[in-house]
Amino acid sequence: MIQFSNYDIISNLLFATQWTILLSLAAFVGGTSVALALTAARLTRNSLVQKCVHLYVELFQGTPLLMQMFLCFFGLSMLGYEISAWSAAILSLTLFTSAFLVEIWRGCIDTLPKGQWEASRCLGLSFLQTLRFIILPQAIRVALAPTVGFSVQVVKGTALASIIGFVELTKVGTMLNNATFEPFKVFALVALIYFALCYPLSLYSKHLEKKFHVSR
Amino acid sequence: MLHFSDLFQYTDVFLSGLLTTVELTLLTTILGIALGTCCAAIRQYGHTVSQRLVAVYVELIRNTPFIVQLFFIFFGLPAIGLKLTPWQASMIALTINLGAYSTEIIRAGLSSIPKGQIEAAKVLGMNFRQTLTRVIFTPAFEKIYPALTSQCIIVMLGSAVISQISVEDLTYAANLVQSRNFRAFESYLVTALLYLVLAIALRFIFNQIGKRLFAYREVR
Repeated sequence: MIQFSNYDIISNLLFATQWTILLSLAAFVGGTSVALALTAARLTRNSLVQKCVHLYVELFQGTPLLMQMFLCFFGLSMLGYEISAWSAAILSLTLFTSAFLVEIWRGCIDTLPKGQWEASRCLGLSFLQTLRFIILPQAIRVALAPTVGFSVQVVKGTALASIIGFVELTKVGTMLNNATFEPFKVFALVALIYFALCYPLSLYSKHLEKKFHVSR
Repeated sequence: MLHFSDLFQYTDVFLSGLLTTVELTLLTTILGIALGTCCAAIRQYGHTVSQRLVAVYVELIRNTPFIVQLFFIFFGLPAIGLKLTPWQASMIALTINLGAYSTEIIRAGLSSIPKGQIEAAKVLGMNFRQTLTRVIFTPAFEKIYPALTSQCIIVMLGSAVISQISVEDLTYAANLVQSRNFRAFESYLVTALLYLVLAIALRFIFNQIGKRLFAYREVR
């Protein structure tokens, strides 16, 4: 029987934290890229494309992240596509993140007055030029705070990857709990580490919100 | 190949799971919003110390994953002598979770009420209770109603996690069915769609309730 000292518990949890961070980063990068593509598609003003994006958002915002993970992990492998827990987690978190980011960014672009599009058209700017020089510089300032705020949800979402067996912070927490029978201590520490990851992001998001609100 | 016909014999398993999810959602929505309203009132009008305490509660819950909160309540609390059934534990965890989010949302509504209106109510001779219900809470809730209801739906979707402490909710039903007939993709797909239908239905019901609650706005 191996004894776990407090030092062992904490060092194991911190070791697992890097997988949580890595998974969050991968999901966030994946989610942003997909959301960028979808936002661009939505801006083309093609009603069929817009409807598809809307359906995508509705589908992934209206179903639990856990179900999406199960479908990616158990479902796809039942259909004959072998997929590891790591890739299933990244795939489902990417879908989840992008669905929310598209909706957040839509709000940000829609807050810009319609007159700006029309003025750009009058000045002879093409669609891409309008986007590059007029819309994006303003939209990014508005979008930054809620996007950073949403990254907190991504970090918290990675905790669900423990259920499909990916070894990250929560999974190591349950494993340590099974080994030490000290759930109070272990899960309090796990929660504390998540808090240490998420709270700076929350604060930064609040800071950005204030900063851009003042300058507008 | 997909075989949805294998799922038909498990209809009652899915239905009882759905019922548990709906039941928990309704209960936690009511309790969570009540908790959030109290905490928001404290955060807005309370004593400095109690304001700080509420802030700590809100930030702690908002910055940790729900599953860790659930595990802490279900596995952690019995270690200090508070034994809970899975149903009670998930009930408490969901309420605490929704409570923290709704505190932030309701507080935003409360701070949008201009001080002058409260003073005006006093001048007009309204008593404390009338001021609270008619001047502060009703307009505040009207402003934040959409945000509050979508948070309730997010919590409903998040409740899928409680199957992990063996509460027999919709996700538990999906796991049970796929372990019996090995039709994982079909079982999870149907469950995901059931959640989607539930989310859409909830949004519709909330909209209807909103129309009733804030009907005084309409011209009669």
